[in-house]
Parts: sequence; C-alpha cells; structure tokens
Amino acid sequence: MIEKRRSTVWWKLLAAIFVLYSLVYGLLVDVPRLPILHETIRNLFYHVTMWFTMLVMLLISLVYGIRFLARQSMEDDVIAEESARIGILFGILGLITGSLWAKNTWGAWWVNDAKLNGAAASMLVYFAYLLLRGSMDDEQKRARVSAVYSIFAYVLMLVFIMILPRLTDSLHPGNGGNPGFSTYDLDSKMRTVFYPAVIGWILTGLWILDLRVRTRKIERYLHE
Amino acid sequence: MKDISTLIQKEIMLEWKQRYAFNGLLMYVAATVFICYLAFRQVIDPPAWNALFWIILLFAGVNSVAKSFLQEAPGRQLYYYTLTSPASIILSKIIYNMMLMFVISLVTFLFYSLFIGNPVQSTGMFILGLLLGSAGFSSILTMVSAIASKAGGNASLMAILAFPILIPMLMTVIRFSKNAMDGLDASVNYSFALMLLGLNVLVAALAFLLFPYLWRD
Repeated sequence: MIEKRRSTVWWKLLAAIFVLYSLVYGLLVDVPRLPILHETIRNLFYHVTMWFTMLVMLLISLVYGIRFLARQSMEDDVIAEESARIGILFGILGLITGSLWAKNTWGAWWVNDAKLNGAAASMLVYFAYLLLRGSMDDEQKRARVSAVYSIFAYVLMLVFIMILPRLTDSLHPGNGGNPGFSTYDLDSKMRTVFYPAVIGWILTGLWILDLRVRTRKIERYLHE
Repeated sequence: MKDISTLIQKEIMLEWKQRYAFNGLLMYVAATVFICYLAFRQVIDPPAWNALFWIILLFAGVNSVAKSFLQEAPGRQLYYYTLTSPASIILSKIIYNMMLMFVISLVTFLFYSLFIGNPVQSTGMFILGLLLGSAGFSSILTMVSAIASKAGGNASLMAILAFPILIPMLMTVIRFSKNAMDGLDASVNYSFALMLLGLNVLVAALAFLLFPYLWRD
C-alpha cells in the first residue's frame, strides 16, 4: 500500500509548487504597463486559470456520464457527480475573480456581455443538474437520468458559447476584436507564470476529485 | 416511419378526447395576454414587445409540453414500449408537440396583436420564426419533460431544468423575430434561420440518441 501511495505523490507536489509559485510570482513578475488595465492584467493568472480548471472538470463529468451510460458502473457516476461539483466550485471562483476585475476596468461588477451570460447560464445548468440528482432516491435511476441530462445540457451549452458571440458583440478580452493577453505578452514573461498556473490549478482540481471520490468510497464501505 | 405517424395520430386523438387540456392552454394564453394588457396598456418599444411576447410563449410552452410525459400513467408507457421503439416514441412526441406549440403560438400572436398592438412589418417572416421557435421549444421541452417525469415529475423541476438550456434557442429566435418586426430583408435572417434549423436538428439527434437510456426502468 505504502509503495503505491509513494508512486502517486509527485503530481500532487507539482500541483502545490505550481500554485504557490503562480500565486507569489504572479504578483512580482514584470507585466506590460497598459492604459485602463494597469496592474489588473495580473488577473490572467488568477481568473483565467479558474475557467480552464472548470472546463476540465466539467469535461471529466461529461466523459464519465457517457461512460456510465455505456457500462452502468456506479463508480463512473460518483466521478461524474464529484467532478461536476468541483467544476461548479471553480466556476464560482471564476465569477468572483472576473467580477473584481470587471469592477476595476469596466466600472461595474456585471455587464451584459455574451461571455459573462454564457458563464452564468452554464452555472445555472449545473445547479439544475445537482438539483435533479437531489430529487431522486434510487441510485441507478439517479445516475442514468442525470447522465442523460448532463450530456444533453453540455452539448447545448457548447453550442450556446459558440453561437452567442455571433449574436452580440463582446467586451471580454480575446473576443469581439478585443486583444487577448498574447498580444501584450511580447517577451513571454507572463507565459512563464500563466502556463504553470493553469497546470497547477488543474492538478489541484484533480487532487480534490481524487480525495472526494476516495471519501465517497469509504463512506459507501462504512454504510454497507 | 409508420410507427411515428400512428403515434402522432394517437396523440391527436388523445388531445381531442381530453379537450379540456387544450382549452385550458388557450385560456392560459388569453388570460396572460389580458393581464399584460392591463399591466402595460400598450408596448410601444419594439424590443420590449418582442421580449414580452416570447416570455409569454416560453411559459405557455413549458405548461403545454410538460404534460407529454408527466401525464401518462407508467403502466401505459410500459405498454407502448412493448409495441414500438423508444426512438419513434420520442420523435412522435416531439413532432406532435411542435404542432401543438405552433398552434398555441399563432393563437398567442393573434391575441397579443389584438390587445397589445402589432408592430410587425414582415408577418410572413415572423410566422416562420414562430414555426422554428415552436420546433426548438418542443424538442428541448419534450426531452426535459421525459427527464423530469423520471425524477418524480413535478412541474417546477421541469422549469428549472428547461430554462437554462432553452436560453440559446430563445436568444436566437428573439433576434430572428426582431429582424422580422423591423421588416429587414430576408437575407439578413438567412443565417439565423440556418442556426435555428441546425439547433433543432442537433437537439432532435440528441433526444434520439439519449432517450433509449431514459425510458427503461
């Protein structure tokens, strides 16, 4: 047992190091001085990473939902549920960090923008997903029905995020003709923080998922 | 194919025998429009007119499609499943609900223009929007109704599950009918019509693929 644990520890260490590094060095690194943005450009390290992690977690939830329908194994359902919960957690963090940034650059906590509305709608869908799960007691049925809903909703949300920018213009960096960070990051200094931050946070998400799934297994074992 | 047309006929006959449900829907729409009339008197701003119209239709849609799975007794559903494939059941329900939604939306449009006014400049285009919108609402809501019926089947769960995933359809169709209201050239709406059509096909395909996993208990 101990041998096995030692072999899986390296990526958790990597997660901790990368997250700590990006938290500290993200404040110290030289960033381009730009009008309006000023120091808020550092939010790239704290805000965008949250969304990337959320997307990965929700993708895992989708994949395990499909796997459940194919194999009918309850383990897949546990992973689908827990990764959706962690995805929601990172989504809320993304909304908070985005809101803080918007207050300082756009002057409002929330603006009527395609990207923001898409994010809010996705959050609503996953809250509905959890509510749907809560409304059923039978394990097998809950797993099946919620897997169907999550696949249905995920595809529609994906389409939503793709078509919405064509309906309205967006203020968000990287959309609607606004430059993303890669335009400003001429000497690639920001990349040296951004990429480790993304990897670190995704690994942290996977770590939480690992812990949650193991806790659920223990709970199940104790229950039986 | 034959299954589907028989099932649609069955739905229509069922509706005809229980006319109170359909009449209830008409009453629902009429009463909602009348209340809006009393509350607003007249809606002069075209975007507000359009938004209010689609919100009335959204709630009418949730109410009318909700019953498609929630009202059927579990025993009878089991009986259908021994007779035909799950795919033809969901497709026939989607097509039937689409026809129902289209009729309801036409009636709503009539009441709405009578009471609140009609600033629509290109009526043909607007009605095409109603048709595409009904198809989209019906395919999403039928699938959600099937999901909600498995989860104990209360009507509020249906609304909670449906509203967030209806947003893309609603936004596109609102834009489409706004262009029709302004009497813009048909070529402007061409891409929106394609988008709505694509969404409809996508949702129907998803329902076709996913429903077989849903019905067995």
